[in-house]
This record gives sequence, C-alpha cells and structure tokens, in this order.
Amino acid sequence: MIELTGVTKVYDQDKPTRVDAVRGVDLTIDDGRVTVLAGPSGSGKTTLLTVIGCLARPTTGRVAIDGDLVSGLPERFLTEVRRKTFGFVFQRFNLIRGLSALDNVMLPAYPTGIAHAALRDRALALLDHFGLADRSRAVVETLSGGESQRVAIARALINDPAVVIADEPTASLDGARVEQFLTIAAELKAQGKTVLITSHDPRITRAALVDRLVAMADGRIVEATS
Amino acid sequence: MRAAFERRRHLLDFAVASLLRRPAKNVGLIVVYALVVFLLASVMLFGTAVRREASAVLDAAPEIAAQAMTMGRHEMSTAGDVAALKGLRGVRRVEPRLWGYLWDSAGAANYTLKVPTAAEPGLTVAKGEAIVGEGVARARKVSPGKMLFLVSPAGKFLRTKVKAVLPSTTALVSTDLVLVEEGDFRAFFELPPDVWTDVALTVTNPREVTTIAEKASVKLPGHRFVTRADMIRTTEALFSWREGLALALLGGGLVAFAILAFDKASGLSAEERREIGILKAIGWETSDVILMKLWEGLLISLAAFLLGFAAAYAHVFLWSASLFEPVLKGWSTLYPRFPLTPEIDALELATLAVLTVVPYVAAIQVPIWRTATADPDVVMR
Repeated sequence: MIELTGVTKVYDQDKPTRVDAVRGVDLTIDDGRVTVLAGPSGSGKTTLLTVIGCLARPTTGRVAIDGDLVSGLPERFLTEVRRKTFGFVFQRFNLIRGLSALDNVMLPAYPTGIAHAALRDRALALLDHFGLADRSRAVVETLSGGESQRVAIARALINDPAVVIADEPTASLDGARVEQFLTIAAELKAQGKTVLITSHDPRITRAALVDRLVAMADGRIVEATS
Repeated sequence: MRAAFERRRHLLDFAVASLLRRPAKNVGLIVVYALVVFLLASVMLFGTAVRREASAVLDAAPEIAAQAMTMGRHEMSTAGDVAALKGLRGVRRVEPRLWGYLWDSAGAANYTLKVPTAAEPGLTVAKGEAIVGEGVARARKVSPGKMLFLVSPAGKFLRTKVKAVLPSTTALVSTDLVLVEEGDFRAFFELPPDVWTDVALTVTNPREVTTIAEKASVKLPGHRFVTRADMIRTTEALFSWREGLALALLGGGLVAFAILAFDKASGLSAEERREIGILKAIGWETSDVILMKLWEGLLISLAAFLLGFAAAYAHVFLWSASLFEPVLKGWSTLYPRFPLTPEIDALELATLAVLTVVPYVAAIQVPIWRTATADPDVVMR
C-alpha cells in the first residue's frame, strides 16, 4: 500500500517561474488494484505520479510504501526502492535510441547483476509474451507506436515490480492499441500487481477494469471514486 | 561476487553499445585525441631514443679531448703540447687529431673534414681517397667509386675518390663527416706538419678520467679538457632542449585538446542527459551511471592513446621522425637519416598516459556526476 500525506511539489520555488504542481495531496493506493489519476493537462497528475514512483521528492509531505517512509530517503536508497518496487511506462516510452528492443528490456536489470543468459531469456520471454519475439533485434526507432509501448511495458516488468506505473499510456495509440493496453493492464491486475495510470482518455477512465478513479485539478484531488 | 562481476560486465556492454550508437562523434573524438597523443608521443619517443643513440655512439669518443685555447678561442695544438700530455702519469695513449669544418657552397651544407686516427682501424684512407657520411653522400650525390671535389675557403682544390659511405647507424654523429688522408688534409687547409686540431687521450684507469683531466689542465693551463662524459651530457642536453622546444611548439595542439576536454566537461548534450535520466528512472544507481560513463571515457581515451602511440612508434622508428626532422635533428641542412633503435621508457609512457588519459576521463566525470546525482524527474524534464 502506498500512502501520501500532505504531499506538495513545487518547481522553481524561489524564482518568478515558480510552479505549484501538487498542492497538499492525501491519497492511499491499495495493492493489487488499478488506480487511474485523471484530469486535464497541467492538473498535476504526472507530477504526482513521479512523486509516488520516487522519481522526484515531494517538496513537503510524506510518501510511505507498505508503512516505510520513503520520501526522506537518500538518493541511493530511493533508487533501490524504485528498482525493486516500480516499473515505469512513460508517456513517450523513453526507450534508449540506437539499442534493440531486447537490450532496452534488459536495461533495468543490469544493476542487479543477474547472469547475462538468464536475463536474456527472461527479456525474450517477455517480448514473446507481448507478441514481439520477431522484433527483439529491431532497433527501437524502427518500431511502431504500439510495438514501442509493448517494449516499454516489457521493460517495466523485467524486474518483476509490485507496482506498474503508466503515464498517459494511450496518448499516441489508436483504438485497437488502446484495447491491447487494457488487456495487458487487466493481465497485470490478475497477477496481483498494483497498476497506477494517469490519463484523461475516457477509454481508460471509463474502463471496467479500473478500480479507483482519482480526479485532479490544479494540483489537488477534487474527486476520488472507488 | 558473481553478481558484482555480471553487473560490471553489463555496464561495460552498455558502454560499448553507447559508443557504437554515436559512431561519427566518437570516431571524430578519437581521431583528434589520438593526434594529440601521436604528437606528444613522437617527441618523447624520439627524444629518448636519440639521447640513447648519441650516448651509444659517443662511447667510441676519446676519454679526454685536449684543445689549445687563446682568448677563449680554439687554437691548434703543437708538438710541444703533445709531448707534455704524453708525460702525464695514467695516460695510456696520446693521439693528436686533425679535423675542421668546411662550408660547401655546392651542397649548401657544412661538412666536418677529419683524418682517421689509429684508434679507428676500420676507417683508413689512402691519399686521394675519402670516406663520407651518409648526409654528405646524399648532398653531393656520391657513392663508392665516385669522385668528390671540395674547395677550401682559400681556393684550394681537393679531388678524392669515395672509398666508402659510413653506415646510417652512426649517422647521428657522422652524417656530415668527410674522412681524408693526413697529407690531403694539411694541403687542403694549408697546415704546417707539426700542428693538430686537438689531442685525444686514453687513460689507463677510466675511473681516473676526471683526475687526469685536472692534472693535465695544471700542466697545460691554456688548454681545455673535455671528457667523454661532458660530451654525452652536452649531447643529451642539446636533444632535451630540442625536445622541450618541440613540446612548446605542440602547445597549440595541447590547447586544442584542452578545449575539447573542457567542452566535454562543461556539459552533456540534451540526449545524453535524457538517457541518464531514463537509466536512473528505471533503477540505475548514480554509481552505475558514473561507472558506465567511466567505461566510455576509458574506452575512448585508451583507444586514442593506443592508436596515437602506435602511430608515433611507427613514425619515429620506421620513418625516422620525418615530421620533426627540422626541429629535432638540426645539423645544418644535412639531417641525419638513421634508424633509431626501438626503445620505450616505461616512466615516459606512464607519464604520457597520465597526462592524456587521466585529464580526459576526469573532465567528463564532472557533468556526469552533476546529472547522475539529480532526481530523474529533473533530468528528464
């Protein structure tokens, strides 16, 4: 369970360009459920997602995972939490250009020191699962949007995280690909993983698999349904 | 233990893949870097080899050379001087020598004319014959059996037949040499029969060279006594000075390299920053990123170092440092052409590696550390 208490996030705090991206959010994300942070662009949902995923520290407030306070941890420990707990699917996928799909999927596991052959087998199994076995050697620039997203999902799952975070996963996908993503999300939920999604796409926010919808506006939670 | 090894292997794999992803940029960097190493290594290799070569060649020089001086200028030694030196205890052999310089307008070069001594049994010349250095042979386009004509400043004419050309292994000190018979020499320079250019002394106990030179200077206070050690020191100092001069001339290259290193140190490209942010976001620790970039820097700098050093080795030992000939060899217009004996001074090699590899690797770590220690969210924004 992830608990946020009084979380704020301010960028350029002492500058004229100051932005209060998140303003005092209290939120609990239950394990094994699909939670969607919804809201228009600039509502703070992506920023909140980065704070939850330990990609950024809150300016004030507390973030705890399974009762352990993580918001005050030094970077070194925060990285370990990030690697062991979260798998990220970024809005623009953030795959490393010039590398193959297989190499991209293996990247998060490099620091774990897993043997190369075992890691390769695991990555190939994931790519195969997502229908990309024949594209494993393809350089990521040559992949379609849907293929890139599935590579990004495979990469997010390589370390078998408890929480999968997806930022605007359907922003650049057509209808069929959205359905494909929802199928994958349902599969992850069935495996007992916590899935946290930001989206303002009604195809996601109204999907049957969503357990909880948290609406945000102007950096605050304005409505939470479950 | 195995996990730590695998982790490092993965990071090295990624570093290699990273370099291969930007071939144009990295090849360009390696070429510029290797050029700097090549220039520095060429000067260092040449300086070391030529000093060693000079030292080896000068081993055949007299232990002490006595030269008569008047008002600080070199004068001819007389029969009386030779007799006085023969009377010194500890002196095994006294050999008066004849040598002098000649400006040859035909070859546009200075030659050293010399009469071989008894200590040089392989270099005997008969009247009308000459043995020449390889620089003279080249300048005057002569070879054994061909005629060599020389004209003295007083208009005297010397006609000799070339008996042999001295081997290129001794070119460092013999390139401008013309060995002629004593009678020919005296007639050409119009010298009386009882004077010599200087006197070579061989001592019984080489450890007493300095003592005997001191004794000789007491006996002949108007003479200068130059020991073999003095000659070696002078030659080494000359080539060290030339090496320093060449290094100073290479300052431009070093400045260019410093600018390149500073450019790397002053910041990463947006693409590189974004990649570091992604790697951090997906679970790489700061130390992983730094280690991976350290591998990258080491691979680039070692590749450049090896490439530059190999090219310098070939340049100096296969092509006789032809690029630096005018600066490093001097010798009027007769640059000696001689094969240097390949030799690598471990200390100089280590110094060169430290001066080129370490600053680059250190310089690139600064922006990487700055980026890698920031929150991934900040770096990716």
